[in-house]
Amino acid sequence: MPEKLFRAALREALLEEMERDEKIFLIGEDIGVFGGAYRVTEGLLDRFGAMRVVDAPIAEEAIVGCAIGAAMSGLRPVVEMMTVNFSLLAFDQVVQNAAKIRYMFGGETTVPLVMRLPGGAGHQLSSQHSHSFEVLYGFIPGLLVVSPTTPEDAKGLLKSAIRTDNPVMFMESMSLYNLRGEVPDGDYTTPIGEAAVRRSGRDVTIVGVSRQAVLAGIAAQRLEEEDVDAEWIDLRSIRPLDWKTLGDSVKRTGRCLVIEEGWPTYGVGAEIAAGLQERCFDYLDAPVARLGGAEVPMPYAKDLERAAIPSVDDIVRQALRLVGKKAPAAV
Amino acid sequence: MDADRLRETYRLMLLARRYDEEAVRLQRQGELVAFPPMSGQEAAQVASVLALSPADMVFPSYRELGVAVGRGVDMTGYMLAFRGAWNGGLYDCRRNRFAPMASSVGSHLLHAVGWAMGARLDGRDEVAIVYFGEGATSEGDASEAFNFAGVFRAPVVFFCQNNGWAISVPAERQSAGEIWRRGEAFGFPGVRVDGGDAEAVFAATSAAAERARRGEGPTLIEALTHRFGPHSTADDDTRYRERAEVETARRNDPLGRLRARLAASGVPDSWFSDAEDEARLAVSELRASLAAAENPPAVEMFDFVYAAPPPALALQRSQLEELLGPDA
Ligand SMILES: Cc1ncc(C[n+]2csc(CCOP(=O)(O)OP(=O)(O)O)c2C)c(N)n1
Ligand SMILES: [Mg+2]
Repeated sequence: MPEKLFRAALREALLEEMERDEKIFLIGEDIGVFGGAYRVTEGLLDRFGAMRVVDAPIAEEAIVGCAIGAAMSGLRPVVEMMTVNFSLLAFDQVVQNAAKIRYMFGGETTVPLVMRLPGGAGHQLSSQHSHSFEVLYGFIPGLLVVSPTTPEDAKGLLKSAIRTDNPVMFMESMSLYNLRGEVPDGDYTTPIGEAAVRRSGRDVTIVGVSRQAVLAGIAAQRLEEEDVDAEWIDLRSIRPLDWKTLGDSVKRTGRCLVIEEGWPTYGVGAEIAAGLQERCFDYLDAPVARLGGAEVPMPYAKDLERAAIPSVDDIVRQALRLVGKKAPAAV
Repeated sequence: MDADRLRETYRLMLLARRYDEEAVRLQRQGELVAFPPMSGQEAAQVASVLALSPADMVFPSYRELGVAVGRGVDMTGYMLAFRGAWNGGLYDCRRNRFAPMASSVGSHLLHAVGWAMGARLDGRDEVAIVYFGEGATSEGDASEAFNFAGVFRAPVVFFCQNNGWAISVPAERQSAGEIWRRGEAFGFPGVRVDGGDAEAVFAATSAAAERARRGEGPTLIEALTHRFGPHSTADDDTRYRERAEVETARRNDPLGRLRARLAASGVPDSWFSDAEDEARLAVSELRASLAAAENPPAVEMFDFVYAAPPPALALQRSQLEELLGPDA
């Protein structure tokens, strides 16, 4: 399989889908000549023209509101928010309209809208430009929320997102755009709603959300050296959650640790912990543990920012604690 | 503008230009995280802020170095915002009457209107001025701010610097109409000025501030300017705009225009070289003070979230402190 960058995999999905279906169009800020703030739409303006690759005025609510209208009319808009942070300006349109229109009109009208939302911290973009909003959107019935962490899933999930008739919040971790990995050529989809077991293990289940799933994988490898056999799950889908995969894993390992970059209070980890104790209480050997970002606006200073989000060391330390081993001094 | 004021304007514009150039260099050397240069917009920024009284409140966007210089904001504190030393600027917002920089495009127009309404309610004789780009006028927040200001006759000056670009998007793709004309639609005057002409900017802003002070409400000023540099140091503007445009703009440099105006009125060459020396000295002082400024300790991330931290947050702080040991 050819290796590609995460951003190239996303672009490939957009390109192939736009060639397949003329009803798909892109709208966002600086996505045309500029090719997008993260260069995901590079070259697409030349390929498809300004009617289908729309550089919008700086008006997020208008972008999303108009995309909803276009979707109701039968088109399939893919919105790029320059970053997830600016989607807050369109929050009303997403929550009050995109998520509810199908319901309120008895399925007569659908909103096949995709919102691509680059987010996460680690780039010194400070408190207003570094959010992880998986939870914010995961909270809303009517939305689908996914977050790929491999180039292969980036392409496959984006295709699924474009093809479903539901509004999809497509979370992209900014730190992953330059990640390289195998991407199958041609058409394939990755189903929405399925977590991926990336490594099986017996001792503890480590579930990672968005970029933290990548760190969880590194931690799982490190834990091997400590004689801990960790099962590593990449959550991929935040809404709906894949309870089957999560439950099956925890029934085998008896222990679970959930890692997310967002704030843990009312977080993805909180939801998974609650759901697991409802579903497999008798199998649990320890309370479900969770790890998230420090509950502060994202600091701007580099050291502070680094300290504010979970690191591989943090994950290893928590996992060791969970299986009843003391962390080695170096960790 | 009298002769003294005009010379002062030039001096500050030059200072702003040199600081701006230095900030770009510092970013290239890894001393700053990122920086949005304002070279080309000095006349619009400096002359407008000089038209206000010191008690008036300034709401800047992220590109208002020239306004900050005109206001006398501590440059080390201002630049530390771009070094990522702390969570924003470390200048004194209240003393300088210079609000925290707004990085959510358009959000601060509303704050300026609210400040102005609040000041009036509070019986303070203050005007608020808000700086924003032509791109920001596309946000709903901008239209809502115009409308509130009109309805409540808020003592606010809307100062739009139309520099032709919002990152890669040209002004004509931002709005099909002319920005200054929107004032009328919201029930207050709009004016367009040559943003490269310090005297014209000063006159328009003085008139707007006086009008606000008289209780007659807001004014929208659209100052036509040019952005000589990229959107920010993270951007490569050769990807989307012709070099010829920048070259033309540079030939019309507001700094050069004011210099020619002053020279014609008899200001000697020696005065200009003194101003240049003064700017050079200020820049080297800035470089030294930035190098000397320390970053805060990691545990400080928990401070300032709340007036009084709730127990869970205090616990997180002490856990981090414990983890980091005495180095924290
Ligand atoms: C709400 C929001 N949307 C988008 C952005 C990204 N962004 C930052 S600056 C900018 C362009 C602003 O252009 P303009 O208002 O003309 O100001 P200029 O940069 O030219 O000074 C954009 C789109 C943002 N910071 N906030
Ligand atoms: Mg602009």
